[in-house]
Amino acid sequence: MQEKNALNYDYSVAKCFTYATILFGIIGMLIGVVIAYQMAFPQLNYLAGEYGTYSRLRPLHTSGVIFGFLLSGIFATWYYVGQRVLKVSMAESKFLMVVGKLHFWIYMITILTAVVTLFMGISTSKEYAELEWPLDIAVVVLWVLWGISIFGLVGIRREKTLYISMWYYIATFLGVAMLYLFNNMEVPTYFVSGYGKWYHSVSMYAGTNDAMVQWWYGHNAVAFVFTVPIIAMIYYFLPKESGQPVFSYKLSLLSFWGLMFVYLWAGGHHLLFSTVPDWVQTMGSIFSVILILPSWGSAINMLLTMKGQWGQLKENPLVKFMVLASTFYMLSTLEGPIQAIKSVNALAHFTDWIPGHVHDGTLGWVGFMTMAALFHMAPRMYKRELYSKKLMESQFWVQTTGIVMYFSSMWIAGITQGMMWRATDQYGNLAYSFIDTVTVLIPYYALRATGGLLYLVGFFMFTYNMYKTMTASKAIASEPQNASPMAA
Amino acid sequence: MFHWLERNPFFFAVGVFLVVAYAGVVTILPDFMESARPVVGTKPYSVLELAGRQIYIKDSCNACHSQLVRPFKSETDRYGMYSLSGEYAYDRPFLWGSKRTGPDLMRVGNYRTTDWHEYHMLNPKSVVPGSIMPAYKHMFKNNADIDTAYAEAYTVKTVFNVPYDKPDMPKLGTFDEAKKDAFEAAAVIVADMKSTEVKEAFKRGEIKEIVALVAYLNSLK
Repeated sequence: MQEKNALNYDYSVAKCFTYATILFGIIGMLIGVVIAYQMAFPQLNYLAGEYGTYSRLRPLHTSGVIFGFLLSGIFATWYYVGQRVLKVSMAESKFLMVVGKLHFWIYMITILTAVVTLFMGISTSKEYAELEWPLDIAVVVLWVLWGISIFGLVGIRREKTLYISMWYYIATFLGVAMLYLFNNMEVPTYFVSGYGKWYHSVSMYAGTNDAMVQWWYGHNAVAFVFTVPIIAMIYYFLPKESGQPVFSYKLSLLSFWGLMFVYLWAGGHHLLFSTVPDWVQTMGSIFSVILILPSWGSAINMLLTMKGQWGQLKENPLVKFMVLASTFYMLSTLEGPIQAIKSVNALAHFTDWIPGHVHDGTLGWVGFMTMAALFHMAPRMYKRELYSKKLMESQFWVQTTGIVMYFSSMWIAGITQGMMWRATDQYGNLAYSFIDTVTVLIPYYALRATGGLLYLVGFFMFTYNMYKTMTASKAIASEPQNASPMAA
Repeated sequence: MFHWLERNPFFFAVGVFLVVAYAGVVTILPDFMESARPVVGTKPYSVLELAGRQIYIKDSCNACHSQLVRPFKSETDRYGMYSLSGEYAYDRPFLWGSKRTGPDLMRVGNYRTTDWHEYHMLNPKSVVPGSIMPAYKHMFKNNADIDTAYAEAYTVKTVFNVPYDKPDMPKLGTFDEAKKDAFEAAAVIVADMKSTEVKEAFKRGEIKEIVALVAYLNSLK
């Protein structure tokens, strides 16, 4: 403890990424709400000509929240947590400070360029990997810089044993590096032929192989961006905020290595009943079900960390955010395997149940955990108490309501759609034309969009609370040990 | 062992990488060659079709439309024969999609025509009442990029041995030859269209995006 107090941690890079998290959160979620309303009210497609159609905006929403909001959130927490669990300040190494700042600026330039190019329709079409090769190279550069930052800090650490969060940050770095590289293997066409646009490229893989590689990537982008680094966060922030030791070291070991071992197999569940080899589909299905074990291992470990301390949920909204996040993690890691069972997938695939599933994970687990982490960091980074507990409480309920509206409407929409696609009349002919299965969903689309809007409103409440905390809140004399100080 | 790993970041990282990486090797590599083989009769896209395919990607049609017919009666009744792996042998990238907000398009060329697409892209509700698809009027204004389409065809021919210029396969030839062929193919589509804007632009030597896109959609069978 003395050692920690003696150290002056440097949060300049963490602060930069905190601002980026908020900025891209607003952009990404706003676009999400717009495209959700477009599905209910198609006239909204014509607000910005060619650049405002659902199809142009959809990759912007996904890339915006994944690589804008969440990635900056991950980096912000890394530049905060890394120093503290390794017991070394970034200020001790000029080199690492430069790397950190370079990392931030290259990241900003890359993401802002990505926003512009996606608006222009420059895309490789692969989900969550739409960026063309020049931007892919920029992503590789910023990723390498992050790697230097991680292993540089590890190299000069005082605490010799890597804390659980460190395992997950390292795994995030390695996993995404491998996946991103192999999925974005492409040949720039201009340099081969001398014709056409210089930034255009063509995939190294064709057809079924391309699909295999893409969903090996796509599924595990979910693993290594939506899951692994979020677990890194919760393993640090929940024990820290609540003052409770992690329930079980053995459970954390089992969950970590289990997750690493199993997750990569599960990509095949995106390709059930497609043309990929049958055994790959079956393995994808089976491993998805096995995946419940390590996923629930982490979540239960976190919930049991609060054992005997449930009263904190009443007093501390941050603990409430994190406990609900783990609960949503359990929900969505149960729902995923259910959808990966072949007979369920036959119904669920291609329907709205899938985005429903994605969003109870991302809004409930990822979003809540990221915001709770930034809330926890703010009083320590800005030496001020959190601006308003009341606002935080309202935010919690507004967003929780939004999430429930989102996934319940999408469950109903997805299953309705799936059932109608396969329904037959008494002679065995298809009972519905395709358009019947679209118009019936419009009320659910409206409900879903409103759920998303509530979540966005909550995000603005978060933004306001953070802004006030940074600028106008009461200063605190010494760093709080556990529960973050907050004004009523 | 785990305690030791947690104090040795290098070996820890190597351990994590191996545990993470093996599954990709085991699932993707064994059937790689098999999955790359085309079904007899499958042909690579013509330059005009490729230009259309690039527009399909530019406007993310795949965000709402799949190109994968699963082997269920309800799907084969609706869309036609279920998909075979080899039918995708020249699809770079694959465009299976993951969501059917609109119907599957794997075999749309079998049951939709040039004029249907033209009406549909100008005003989807005019042919499908109740449709929630946006209109794509800008495709009647923007020019298709034949140069980049040629570049892509040339690249896959050179790098991946896609069989252009082989017997019974589409001709690619030099850039000028390919461009001439693309204009000839476009003329057939323009003739079936109503839009004076598109027709006049074609006379001026411009191929609008819609023409290339329709060529691509018509090729999906």
